[in-house]
Amino acid sequence: MSTAIETLVNRDYQYGFVTDVEADTLPRGLNEETVRAISAKKREPAFLLEWRLKAYRRWLTMKEPHWSNVTYPPIDYQSISYYSAPKSTKPLGSLDDVDPELLRTYEKLGISLTEQKRISGVAVDAIFDSVSVGTTMKAELGELGIIFCSFGEAVQEHPELVRKYLGSVVPYSDNFFAALNAAVFSDGSFCYIPKGVKCPMELSTYFRINSADTGQFERTLIIADEGASVSYLEGCTAPRRDTNQLHAAVVELVALDHASIKYSTVQNWYAGDANGKGGIYNFVTKRGKAAGVRSKISWTQVETGSAITWKYPSVILQGDYSTGEFYSVAVVNNHQQADTGTKMIHIGRDTKSTIISKGISAGHGNNSYRGQVKVLRKAEGARNYTQCDSMLIGNQCGAHTFPYIEVDNNSSVVEHEASTSKIGEDQIFYCKQRGLSAEHAISLIVSGFCKEVFQNLPMEFALEAQQLLGITLEGSVG
Amino acid sequence: MTVHGFLDDFSKFAADHGRNPEWLLPVRRAAIERFGERGFPTTRDEDWHFTSAARIADAEFVSLAAGGGDVRAADLEPFTFGATDWTQLVFVNGRYTPELSAVGALPAGVRVASLADALREGVPAVRERLTSLAALDHGAFVALNTALFVDGGFVHVPANVVVERPIHLLFVADADGASGAAHPRTLIIADRHARATIVESYVAVGDPMYFMNPVTEVVLADGAHVTHLRVQRESERAYHVGTTQAHQGRDSKYSSFSFATGAALSRTNIYTVLAGPGGEVTLNGLYMADGTQHVDHQTRIEHVAPNCTSHEVYKGVLDDAAHGVFNGKVYVHPEAQKTDGKQTNNNLLLSPDAHIDTKPQLEIFADDVKCTHGATVGQLDENALFYLRSRGLGADDAKTLLTYAFAADVVQRIDEPAVRDALETLARERFVGAMPAGVG
Repeated sequence: MSTAIETLVNRDYQYGFVTDVEADTLPRGLNEETVRAISAKKREPAFLLEWRLKAYRRWLTMKEPHWSNVTYPPIDYQSISYYSAPKSTKPLGSLDDVDPELLRTYEKLGISLTEQKRISGVAVDAIFDSVSVGTTMKAELGELGIIFCSFGEAVQEHPELVRKYLGSVVPYSDNFFAALNAAVFSDGSFCYIPKGVKCPMELSTYFRINSADTGQFERTLIIADEGASVSYLEGCTAPRRDTNQLHAAVVELVALDHASIKYSTVQNWYAGDANGKGGIYNFVTKRGKAAGVRSKISWTQVETGSAITWKYPSVILQGDYSTGEFYSVAVVNNHQQADTGTKMIHIGRDTKSTIISKGISAGHGNNSYRGQVKVLRKAEGARNYTQCDSMLIGNQCGAHTFPYIEVDNNSSVVEHEASTSKIGEDQIFYCKQRGLSAEHAISLIVSGFCKEVFQNLPMEFALEAQQLLGITLEGSVG
Repeated sequence: MTVHGFLDDFSKFAADHGRNPEWLLPVRRAAIERFGERGFPTTRDEDWHFTSAARIADAEFVSLAAGGGDVRAADLEPFTFGATDWTQLVFVNGRYTPELSAVGALPAGVRVASLADALREGVPAVRERLTSLAALDHGAFVALNTALFVDGGFVHVPANVVVERPIHLLFVADADGASGAAHPRTLIIADRHARATIVESYVAVGDPMYFMNPVTEVVLADGAHVTHLRVQRESERAYHVGTTQAHQGRDSKYSSFSFATGAALSRTNIYTVLAGPGGEVTLNGLYMADGTQHVDHQTRIEHVAPNCTSHEVYKGVLDDAAHGVFNGKVYVHPEAQKTDGKQTNNNLLLSPDAHIDTKPQLEIFADDVKCTHGATVGQLDENALFYLRSRGLGADDAKTLLTYAFAADVVQRIDEPAVRDALETLARERFVGAMPAGVG
């Protein structure tokens, strides 16, 4: 059985290739000039440059936090290049103008930008290193008044919306990595769903880090106006390299009255090799504000990649009767580390939140759930239910649970449950006795363990997530 | 008292060689140096995130090293669980008071004494074990206690001896101890297959303001069983920071109960290490607070050896603007396979101003384990209230009954009947006054 798991766990990272396109990359290092250069390259209005500079100056005064349950060598922020764009001489008019090499990359990744339009009805914004290389289905969405474009484009075409909402959920002063992102973010996705519109298709962003020594600092901003709803998907991959690369993204969601946003992530950045060499540091700030009455924000994440994952998609439940959800599967294998969870801040009355977190640790991996449920004095009738389960595969890994429950009124009900256990030997035995191989049995048991989360993913993603899980855990059961 | 105040205390104290066995002085020096370097914890320390020690750090306390006090036997009656045949050591303002104490019939070889006496006599077990468990890395308050303790309890039960009656260590503060700081130190040793029940009470006569900083070390050798009931009923103006550190050998069993209802600010740390295979630990507790009381519990169960079991149930009832804190850690080392751990924390908030911060925590490095924890915060079940009212109970009576039932559930897990009954009565009276006729 141990060999079965070993093969399972040690399967190769199939997205580890490098695309050979000429890139326009800023020299390594960070100073005010870098920030100005990025802003100038993106031809940004003055307010944005000001904002970036404020963030940069604030960042200089901040210290990198170290409270998380992960360890990594110090990051040299001067050895990173903060901007890298595929070189193209003419501005992109349509997808047909995109470098064919790039399009092939996306095809290898399974996202064919051109095919996408016809078959799946999913609109995709693809981010290659730092810039958006193409957004599909734009016209169809435009008819409904939905704005779905790269962040850079939004800055040019809808500066008033960007100005109003940028930093309204994650201010530039929020934390060290958010400040860094605010100073140097290069691109990302922007999405605005106007009043009363239900977005008819899934919106999707695909992030790809290609160049060496670059950091990726994208920024996503999604706004659902009154009564609007949208489901948004995010996927990530990176080539395999021996050095660690930093990914410090910020995602902000704003849901106004009766609006709902569902944000799903399948994160599969390169995790490093079996000895823990290389891989992405995924230090991300994701936060949604359920600002309006009866608004709803739902996070679903499947975290299988990255050498280190450190993120807490959170919901500020500000509107009365608003709802926050967090469904997470985090898998660590080899030397991966994950410190992830959520924050649910109950401010409005009768707000509800649900947290379902499944952690799977294998190899030498360390997986921590860290979550905060905070119920403020005025959040009368608030309700939270939290369940976090951990599964351990092998005896070199670790699972940790750090829930913080802070309740400041007596009309709220908060429940937290957690369990940690080994993958069931009798379950494996049962499956094997029915003719399944050990590997299949494990895959089946793990899928069952994660079912509550997977069923919250859009269908195509759920399939991908299940496969990914299988790959990540390949060879890990003994 | 400020850090400097305590440092001064120590220099006076260290000059007084009479009280210090030679071997203890370097330990005390190391402790005070550590305390001097680090000072009091702040809310930036993860372990003190929800409890501010500032009120203790900023207050001016005088050293109570000399003891004294004016407590009579009759004053102690409410605190003795109606027992007449227990061995009971009474410490007034931190010092042993023989007139109020009674050593009952104890099996041969059992030693129950004040720690000061045991130190003076040079009991070898004291030298071997004292300060061996609660060490410097336990933080500022343990360091302070280590540097400054003068007295406390010493209990030694030799191998294969069963002590039937509970041994009561009663720490009482009165008006003479007002504005004082006491650091009682207790050492409990149960040798192989020994059994004993220890009750440790912290109480006050009157309403003085003082700082009580006790540390208790409990050594359980292989196969020993110790039931350790801790009752904190300090004056409502007092500050209490107490630490218990147990160390468990193979197949030992440690049952702890912590009852906390007194003090303006209390922090109780209960730590145990399951060092031998087959060990069992039960940590239960009940905290009840009202007014502006702050009550904090921190527990840590460290599974070092395989095949150990830990069970933990803590319940809290908070009224008015009381603030409750609970932090329970279960740490499973890589070698501790087949660990079975269960932890539960339930809180009942009776008032809109009551506040609770709870943080149950699992850190697991072994794979073949079964660990769960759960925490809830809520109020009385409306359906249960409705049911009782439909049976003719008034709204207040129904609330009383349900609150009592919530608290009694954990108190009933105490094995020692006298203590269980006394705490049940206290739980009943604490919030709700008398029970409705025919109930309770």
